Amino acid sequence: MVVGAGMVAHRFVESLLDDAPDGSGAHAPFEITVLGEEGRAPYDRVALTSVLTGGTVAGLTLDEQVLADDRVRFVPDDAVRRIDRDERAVVTESGARHEYDHLVLATGSYAARLAVEGFDLPGCFVYRTVADVEGLADFVAARSAELGRRLTGYVIGGGLLGLEAAGALQGLDVDCTIVQSSDRLMSAQLDAPSGGMLRRLIEARGIGVRTQTITTCLRPDRSGRVAELEFRDGSTAGADVVVFTVGVRPRDQLAREAQLECDPRGGVRIDGACLTSDPAISAIGEVASFDGAAVGLVAPGYAMAEVAATRLRGGEAAFAGYDLSTKLKLSGVDVASFGDAFATTPGALDVTYADPVTGVFKKLVLSDDAKTLLGGILVGDASAYGTLRALVGADLGADPAAYLLPADGVAAPSGELPDDAVVCSCSTVTAGRIRQAVHEDGCVDAAEVKACTKAGATCGSCSALVGRIVGTELTKLGKEVSLALCEHFDMSRRQLFDAVRVSGLGTFSAVIERFGRGRGCDICKPALASILAVLTGTHVLDGENATLQDTNDHVMANMQKDGTYSVVPRMPGGEVTPDGLIVIGEIARDFGLYTKITGGQRVDMFGARLEQLPDIWKRLVDAGFESGHAYGKSLRTVKSCVGSTWCRYGVLDSVGMAVTLELRYRGLRAPHKLKLGVSGCARECAEARSKDAGIIATEAGWNLYVGGNGGFTPRHAQLLAEGLDDEGLITAIDRYFMYYIRTADRLQRTAPWVEALEGGLEGLREVIFDDSLGICDDLDAAMARHIEGYEDEWAATLADPEKLTRFQSFVNAPTTPDPSLAYVAERGQVRPATAGERESGVFIAGTTLEVRR
Amino acid sequence: MTLSMPARTSTWRRVCGVADLEVERGRAALIDGVQVALVLTPDGAVWAVDNLDPYSGAHVISRGIVGTRGAAPTIASPMYKQAWDLRSGVCVQTQGKEPRALRTWLVERRGDDVMIYWEDPA
Ligand code: SRM
Ligand SMILES: Cc1cc2nc3c(=O)[nH]c(=O)nc-3n(C[C@H](O)[C@H](O)[C@H](O)COP(=O)(O)OP(=O)(O)OC[C@H]3O[C@@H](n4cnc5c(N)ncnc54)[C@H](O)[C@@H]3O)c2cc1C
Ligand code: SF4
Ligand code: FES
Repeated sequence: MVVGAGMVAHRFVESLLDDAPDGSGAHAPFEITVLGEEGRAPYDRVALTSVLTGGTVAGLTLDEQVLADDRVRFVPDDAVRRIDRDERAVVTESGARHEYDHLVLATGSYAARLAVEGFDLPGCFVYRTVADVEGLADFVAARSAELGRRLTGYVIGGGLLGLEAAGALQGLDVDCTIVQSSDRLMSAQLDAPSGGMLRRLIEARGIGVRTQTITTCLRPDRSGRVAELEFRDGSTAGADVVVFTVGVRPRDQLAREAQLECDPRGGVRIDGACLTSDPAISAIGEVASFDGAAVGLVAPGYAMAEVAATRLRGGEAAFAGYDLSTKLKLSGVDVASFGDAFATTPGALDVTYADPVTGVFKKLVLSDDAKTLLGGILVGDASAYGTLRALVGADLGADPAAYLLPADGVAAPSGELPDDAVVCSCSTVTAGRIRQAVHEDGCVDAAEVKACTKAGATCGSCSALVGRIVGTELTKLGKEVSLALCEHFDMSRRQLFDAVRVSGLGTFSAVIERFGRGRGCDICKPALASILAVLTGTHVLDGENATLQDTNDHVMANMQKDGTYSVVPRMPGGEVTPDGLIVIGEIARDFGLYTKITGGQRVDMFGARLEQLPDIWKRLVDAGFESGHAYGKSLRTVKSCVGSTWCRYGVLDSVGMAVTLELRYRGLRAPHKLKLGVSGCARECAEARSKDAGIIATEAGWNLYVGGNGGFTPRHAQLLAEGLDDEGLITAIDRYFMYYIRTADRLQRTAPWVEALEGGLEGLREVIFDDSLGICDDLDAAMARHIEGYEDEWAATLADPEKLTRFQSFVNAPTTPDPSLAYVAERGQVRPATAGERESGVFIAGTTLEVRR
Repeated sequence: MTLSMPARTSTWRRVCGVADLEVERGRAALIDGVQVALVLTPDGAVWAVDNLDPYSGAHVISRGIVGTRGAAPTIASPMYKQAWDLRSGVCVQTQGKEPRALRTWLVERRGDDVMIYWEDPA
């Protein structure tokens, strides 16, 4: 019998049902009744805020198969009112009586409010359940509609939860201030300097902060809703909505009434076996108090759930105590604290690094010999959190300063993590367990390890570290990280490219029959589509090969989060005429599209529905525009600076060259996208060196740089050749691209490709300029074929009625818009409504109202 | 399939022609306001699953890539690339998320027509 249907209860049931973890194959013999009161299946409370930021409530639900098991009876909405220990039974709200052999209390906590006058006025909320956030979103929507302005919100309590709630309120378009009684934010996790740094980051995000401020009273307006806060110093502030995040209290009332031993500060006392003072009753999760403390974090709750379940199955396990490490989940503000963050261990040393300019503060707490990591605080850049948290208690193995300096992402110097280092604290998965998953359970990638051990499945902050460990272990196994594309092809992309080229096969069916098995998947199909496009030069929507394309390539637009598409016409070199701009403006206006300038120097129009794409493109094509291939693994843009035609310093015509290059390579399909930049002088205003090919003008001619990348792992392009004339430059790029297209892996951009090239940059020079492989003629011919075969995909599609059927919204209602689309106006344009807005139903223009805004 | 106490009536309905479907490319259909993704596999079978992607909340499943996993015919969501067995709606590639199934409907080819077994609103 389990009371409470929260996260920890769910994990407990999952673990208890786990069929024979010893591998004997036996079906775990339990009958479990779970009694909840929220009226819904257990959900991921940690991710609650996502409901306000575009996620759905359904999206929070935890694995439903667990409670659907036939050994489980789940009653979602009948709260337990009494425990009758003598009779071993519980009595519920509805009067039902359930007997138990063993009872597990997993009732969690409730959110506290301040005990001040007016704390329960309409407009005051706590932040704990789905019902809370739904109520909050509805109130904000209704209230701001009624008042006709942005709302002012106050969050009372500046801990982890308060910061998260403030971010969520801001996301609801509420001007928000956090009120904190102590002298700094997150005072339970941060010391004074790091708290100060955090305050600056929060304020920079547009959220107000008042510390050392105590709220004494809340007052309503005439409508009875909250309107004003009064503070101890007598000052007041107007507030339309208030959220209390002043801590949580264990829901131990049932236990107290049943005379189970409880901690005076709250929580049902448990021992290492998670048993209460009655051995027929366990308590797990936030309701439990271990060693004099109840903790509001999910990881210790999960650990207790595993202990209690293991014990009931007759196994050995003990709860080892709390790990209080936490990371703030507020986008754009990185804060983490772990281990002995306040250096309370006798003799502890600390090393700090602070950069007030970038708002970074890092502190490591070390043992007295400066060797063992005890804990730390990271503000502004918490990328090393996963690694460092796992290293607590271990030998740092390097100069501690190396972990503090702003390295490229994750702390680099890490030696091997010890087996008992906890890598994923949400599910308490150690480095050793991950290694075991690779070596013994046969997991071959991070996704399988995640499924098998749950490492990385909750908050995700450990994913990068899990991936690294898996990679290292696979390499050790000599398995090499497998090159096979997927279950359908054992070859790498490069091998497949050669196989298709040599065999001369031109369709997917023929290729998979000869070289693979099955009917393909979303990995090999687009890869093969790209290979076939380069080798056969046919339209992406021709024949059977059309079905290989991801939706973006299939409808020649980029899918957005609500299932509509964005439209990006090509603007070679970023150049566009005033008339062109006017046409685009008219089209966007007529179809109600959101417009923005992209990071690639052109205009993107968002929110086009499938069935609108041909009409939109008809008008664009008529005005002389063509596809910008923003959707393809193909040439994107050639960014340019204004160059010698206008700029005082320009040495060569960078716009002219950018236009030439963009027209030459437009439509070229590649293993990943291709971007170029052309700058008119060494000042480099086009940021060319962050591109796959960067071209910079000098007095002596063009310098060509290769292998640059923005994105996730930025790299500067490296100099391949100097002082080229126009023709020499173009030939060099032709060969470089074609060589890359032939030999790179699936989704490998030029930067990692160049890095992995045998012979490095010098080898590449030899291939391109000295023809060391004797393939230059081939490469040149392939590029010539591409240029000759180029046609605008959109113009070709519009001319082919059969292809146009693909743009029908429904097979039985070809022009009916997707009825689920809904929009909200923001800064004079539209954007998709969030889940909260949809549920509250305000401000929304569906697509069925013709949107001419 | 067991039907428990049908309070509603279910009937076969025509959705579209077989010729309206393309092998291994889904199409969406709108039936009583519900969006269904129809898929024709190379063996000639037609499948019907939810068009609503439970992970993204967008109605896009019909626009995903069709293929196989082992013996199972599958469709992948174009949004975050989860994949489902078209026969049962069971999620076979969760991308590390909790598995969430798609609803499935019975579909039949009758001559040139694609028929779906549809529960009429009461
Ligand atoms: C629209 C745009 C953002 C904007 O509003 O400015 C954009 C939008 C997307 N980018 Fe980007 N990127 C855009 C410029 C960039 C730039 C800047 C640039 O091109 O100068 C970069 C960094 C430069 C680079 O690529 O090295 C950039 C690096 C990425 C990356 C990381 C690539 C990497 O190698 O790490 C991804 C992810 C990927 O491709 O796997 C990405 C992926 C995406 C995707 C495709 C994500 C997605 O799957 O939905 C976005 C959809 C495009 C769309 O139209 O719906 N986008 N993206 C920009 C379109 C430029 C254009 O005109 O085509
Ligand atoms: C917005 C937010 C963000 C968070 N972020 C993090 C984070 O980043 N990291 C972290 O570690 N933790 C975080 N937490 C805390 C985390 O959610 C909790 O630690 C976790 O949910 C505790 O699980 P539980 O099962 O013990 O309690 P709960 O999830 O609260 O579940 C208890 C359930 O029992 C039910 N119940 C109570 N009494 C009864 C009764 N008498 N009869 C029947 N049912 C009853 C309750 O309704 C509730 O559904 C966050 C919490 C919130 C609200
Ligand atoms: S950085 Fe690129 S991928 Fe990320 S949100 Fe912006 S446009 Fe989308
Ligand atoms: S640490 Fe949260 S998922 Fe691993």
